[in-house]
Amino acid sequence: MNNITLPSPYKILQILHETNAEYTFRVACDDQVEHGQFYVLSIPKIGEAPISVSAQGPGYVEFTIRKVGRLTDGIFGMEQGDTLFMRGPYGNAFPVESFKGKDLVVFAGGTGLAPVRSMLQYFSSHPEEVSSVHVVAGFKDRDCVLFEEDLEKFKSVFHTIYTLDNTQAPGFETGFVPSFAKEIPFDSFSDYNVVIVGPPVMMNLTARECVKLGVPEEKIWVSFERKMSCSVGKCGHCKINETYVCLEGPVFNYVKAKELLD
Amino acid sequence: MGYCITSGRMDEIFHGLREKYRIFAPKQGKQYIRYGEVASVSEIVHREKSHFSPKEVFYPIVQTLLYFTDTECRESTLLDEREILLFVRPCDINGIRRLDQMFLENGGRGDNFYQRMREKVKFFLMECEKSFETCFCVSMGSNIAKDYSVAFRFPKEEGGEFLVQVKDEAFLDVFGKEKEWAFEPEFIMENEKKVQVPDIPSRSMVKEIHALPFWKQFDDNCIGCGGCNTVCITCSCFDTTDITYREGSRDGERRRIWSSCMLTEFTTMAGGHSVRQNAGDKMRFKTMHKIYDYKRRFGGENMCVGCGRCDMRCPKDIHFSETIQGLSEEVERLKEGGHQDE
Ligand SMILES: Cc1cc2nc3c(=O)[nH]c(=O)nc-3n(C[C@H](O)[C@H](O)[C@H](O)COP(=O)(O)OP(=O)(O)OC[C@H]3O[C@@H](n4cnc5c(N)ncnc54)[C@H](O)[C@@H]3O)c2cc1C
Ligand code: SF4
Ligand code: SF4
Ligand code: FES
Repeated sequence: MNNITLPSPYKILQILHETNAEYTFRVACDDQVEHGQFYVLSIPKIGEAPISVSAQGPGYVEFTIRKVGRLTDGIFGMEQGDTLFMRGPYGNAFPVESFKGKDLVVFAGGTGLAPVRSMLQYFSSHPEEVSSVHVVAGFKDRDCVLFEEDLEKFKSVFHTIYTLDNTQAPGFETGFVPSFAKEIPFDSFSDYNVVIVGPPVMMNLTARECVKLGVPEEKIWVSFERKMSCSVGKCGHCKINETYVCLEGPVFNYVKAKELLD
Repeated sequence: MGYCITSGRMDEIFHGLREKYRIFAPKQGKQYIRYGEVASVSEIVHREKSHFSPKEVFYPIVQTLLYFTDTECRESTLLDEREILLFVRPCDINGIRRLDQMFLENGGRGDNFYQRMREKVKFFLMECEKSFETCFCVSMGSNIAKDYSVAFRFPKEEGGEFLVQVKDEAFLDVFGKEKEWAFEPEFIMENEKKVQVPDIPSRSMVKEIHALPFWKQFDDNCIGCGGCNTVCITCSCFDTTDITYREGSRDGERRRIWSSCMLTEFTTMAGGHSVRQNAGDKMRFKTMHKIYDYKRRFGGENMCVGCGRCDMRCPKDIHFSETIQGLSEEVERLKEGGHQDE
């Protein structure tokens, strides 16, 4: 019997320092991963943690990791060529096929950019597959900005608003992500989808702001973060009502997300 | 087939069985009646309900999943390959079906570490001679179980005769030569404690249940010790932790340890963000899982089997049966107050 929680070894190909506390790890891996899915990364004797795939390419996947505790500290101590253990991919994905041919709006806060980055990279290389893409990305301050290269590229093909919470810097607005929802020309779209990913408060406020602006709830998609131990529907940590975030999520339509009460 | 067997003869049978099987049953410990391996029928406590559930026999409190060395990650193996004979009550058999649902079915793929132990277990049913103080199995519809290998009626007096029913042909070899005696176990058809399971008419009422002031009483009462989860036959949640044997050691292991939704750490994520901060919120989560969420997800039956062990265990005298009953009354009030189905 195939053991569903047994991790396998993978090589770290490259490490990119995004900020002081966030590094991107490129790992040798041939899996077909859908946009929005995650893996459980582990270092034997230290622990495990679920991490979203932030990019993928021929023979590799990338993870953008924030250093916050036991496992993530351990990963930050690793070097190119070291071995990381992983199991996955897990979870559902953004319904990217149904986004094609329509307008797409993405609101992302901080590390929330990680799970949507691969989808944005895809559309920035295939702009003909969508009517338009609007990106609102917010960061705490200039030092917290992630994916600088991607942001430049997105700026040239998408409509972008980049913002810092309280401070000013060239190329950035000042203010919180939800307050920019009114800048999106929803009225000019014929059919569209809205993706919101970030800290819980930011997701809530942005979704409510969009609904206030007339966006139908069923056009909004969010990605949840919950404590997870197994990621295969056994440990119970991620359960909300009758839903297991690791199985039916992390991506939810807002109609369903709104009904999930912790 | 039914048989009548003396206590002395039963011990001989046990002796023979132990060559092929390990036999687990409730035993008297220092403080609690708890499951352990038995060699003789006289060790089995049957006149009282066990404080702990039988789940720890095949789903241990702590178990090693993986062993790590410098270069290797290896799945743990079982130390004892013998099959397990487990003395259980009808509610336990029904409860273990709920555990099976979580570990073997949820998510579409089975958990190996659970399955490898679980498939060794055969049920020896202990007939309940009476309904015990905190039992409410009849209200939960789990007083009757048919899925067992052998059923036992224990002697009225120590040293008396057992009545035995063999359902699983594999055990005809063992009991087949004993004195034949028509016997079928009887089940408890009424408990002193009765609860009304809340009749929640639609999913849209969950929001109103969430907001009930009813839950606030637990903010002060419940100390969030998780004892209720520990003794529950249907609680399945666990944590995973890695350890090294000594500081700086190269070898270590990954372990699975029982967890509890009544503990704050259950949902704490990096950065300290956790949901359900208050004891009342946690009690709501546990209660809804036991009497609504599980059934809504899997259909058929509620998770709680009314074994009443949590009621015996709680240091603050919180009775789950009363929580269920109280919620029922709240739900009826919501209905009268004009809850609108969406
Ligand atoms: C589906 C999913 C996708 C994710 N994707 C990403 C991603 O792409 N990138 C990313 O960086 N993260 C992501 N995360 C979050 C990531 O899983 C956690 O940050 C990670 O589990 C932390 O593990 P750790 O072992 O480093 O931390 P731990 O050692 O587990 O530290 C966190 C724990 O320590 C305690 N703790 C830590 N800080 C505090 C505090 N300030 N106050 C109180 N207690 C505290 C808490 O008990 C907490 O559980 C994702 C999570 C999910 C569920
Ligand atoms: S919740 Fe209480 S009564 Fe119900 S199965 Fe668990 S321990 Fe038994
Ligand atoms: S209900 Fe009782 S046993 Fe359960 S966590 Fe609260 S105090 Fe502990
Ligand atoms: S993470 Fe274990 S059940 Fe979802």
